[in-house]
Amino acid sequence: MLRTAFLDFEKPIADLVEKIEQLRFVQDDPAVDISGEIARLEKKCQTLTRDLYAKLSPWQIAQVARHPQRPYTLDYAKSVFTDFQELHGDRAFADDHAIVGGLARFNGQSCVVIGHQKGRDTKEKIQRNFGMPRPEGYRKALRLMRLAEKFGLPVFTFVDTPGAYPGIGAEERGQSEAIGHNIYVMAELKVPIISTIIGEGGSGGALAIAVADQVLMLQYSTYSVISPEGCASILWKSAEKASTAAEAMGITADRLKELDLVDKIVPEPVGGAHRNHEEMAAALRRSLQESLRLVSGLSPEELVERRFERLMAYGRFKDRDAA
Amino acid sequence: MSWLKRLLPPRIKKDESAVRKSIPEGLWSKCPSCEAVLYRSDLEANQAVCPKCSHHLRLRARARLDLLLDADGREEIGASVVPIDPLKFKDSRKYTERLSSAKVDTEEEDALVVMSGSILAQPVVVACFEFEFLGGSMGSVVGERFIRGVKLAEEQRMPFICITASGGARMQEGLLSLMQMAKTTAGLTRLARRRLPFITVLTDPTMGGVSASFAFMGDVVLAEPGALVGFAGPRVIEQTVREKLPEGFQRAEFLLEKGAIDMIVDRREMRERIAVLIGMLTQQRAVEA
Repeated sequence: MLRTAFLDFEKPIADLVEKIEQLRFVQDDPAVDISGEIARLEKKCQTLTRDLYAKLSPWQIAQVARHPQRPYTLDYAKSVFTDFQELHGDRAFADDHAIVGGLARFNGQSCVVIGHQKGRDTKEKIQRNFGMPRPEGYRKALRLMRLAEKFGLPVFTFVDTPGAYPGIGAEERGQSEAIGHNIYVMAELKVPIISTIIGEGGSGGALAIAVADQVLMLQYSTYSVISPEGCASILWKSAEKASTAAEAMGITADRLKELDLVDKIVPEPVGGAHRNHEEMAAALRRSLQESLRLVSGLSPEELVERRFERLMAYGRFKDRDAA
Repeated sequence: MSWLKRLLPPRIKKDESAVRKSIPEGLWSKCPSCEAVLYRSDLEANQAVCPKCSHHLRLRARARLDLLLDADGREEIGASVVPIDPLKFKDSRKYTERLSSAKVDTEEEDALVVMSGSILAQPVVVACFEFEFLGGSMGSVVGERFIRGVKLAEEQRMPFICITASGGARMQEGLLSLMQMAKTTAGLTRLARRRLPFITVLTDPTMGGVSASFAFMGDVVLAEPGALVGFAGPRVIEQTVREKLPEGFQRAEFLLEKGAIDMIVDRREMRERIAVLIGMLTQQRAVEA
């Protein structure tokens, strides 16, 4: 795997790793044996990572959620599922590369996989539009959900987007309608839907594939109504206050679990999913299996009724007339 | 009015001053579009539409309901549902303070007013956004009141109409506000199941989370002339694409051109037009005048 890219707040870890590497270089000289020292430092590095990640601030978690080496939907499509067959296009305008989807098998059972997709290198980032879908992306997702319904297949969605793309063409082709339509159809889709926030859950662009029977969040993912930067620039009149906004909005898995907006938190490897893709995939597979079991065996009517009741329960308010 | 009707629960009397409250104080008023200086009373009498250039000024929720609904038999729904501060949210001001000052300024407790009543004797439920209340933003109370309106429409088999005017989701309620997009939109599946019409009237402005949820899910989608309607705000788009937006971008006329809405309706004809549409959708026989 590539060398881990370090985030700003990971500087102490980065320093330690560099020191270890320098020592490794020296160790090539057979005259000195410092393997003990290296082992000691590696252990220290593990501890330091664990300690640092045990008390991340919401803003730091947002950085981890956006880490360039974090596993993306296509990584999970290949590591959690087998025999992924990508399907393309909305049949009307284009194939949006910011959303991917297709048929796959989960523990041998056929299913549909849909998710936002970010790019790794500059070229792919642009091709994937940084994971910001246009209407045709949402319409492709919708087509695949209908396909799932027709053949009675469960739907797994993976959310990782800064938000739906705010562009001229996107508006002209009905970005609002595309998102609203997906929400509507997901509310009445007659097959199980399990959504996992794997990175950034950015607003309506995320929700458009995240109306589900079970909503999971990876430990260091975020899910919010507006990006911390966006919220800060509107309410604090300064994008610099993103960290404060992240704190105030409650964008992390544990806060959202407390608010009953998320069903399950999937634990990440020490130091985040990007440090160990295989371990992350294994943990995700276990969680998805449990979640699927919870919603399997219901009739389509029961399933839709339960989902409807879940959606109706969203919200915190006071009712003066309530006894 | 029959004696039986008099026994029905309290209803809202026609509020003569509702339109007046939407127009700034003073004898004179200036049209923000053509800058014509108008008598305030002329503007009021013309439903806050400029008599010179037909520019549609923004209107308060109760004024809209007043213009749309028949005078008798109105009943407010979900007024007992009021906001709390689930996240203990504070930016430069506390959310609770913002709520209280919005309440003082608007005499509303949240950004959606829902009423049952009738339009030209056809029973309906109408939900109307109050843009003056925190930018018409959608939080838990808006979602719940919307759903209570939908439920009543479903139980009593009435069409449901929503007049939108909103900047989007209520940030101060965090993800709870995003979930109102799912809650409100999911409610519509119940109306569809019973073949009850859902009509949206998009007014200036309708953006973000309201635009990207139920606004375009109407069986018929209407808009007022010149209304700004879109997912992302013009400023955000300009910053993203770094080019000047075309003239009239995201206005109702642009949306009609792009095939996003069914028709643009002048406010002064809205009531009759909606009555015609719901009459057809509910398969009522036309009555000869």
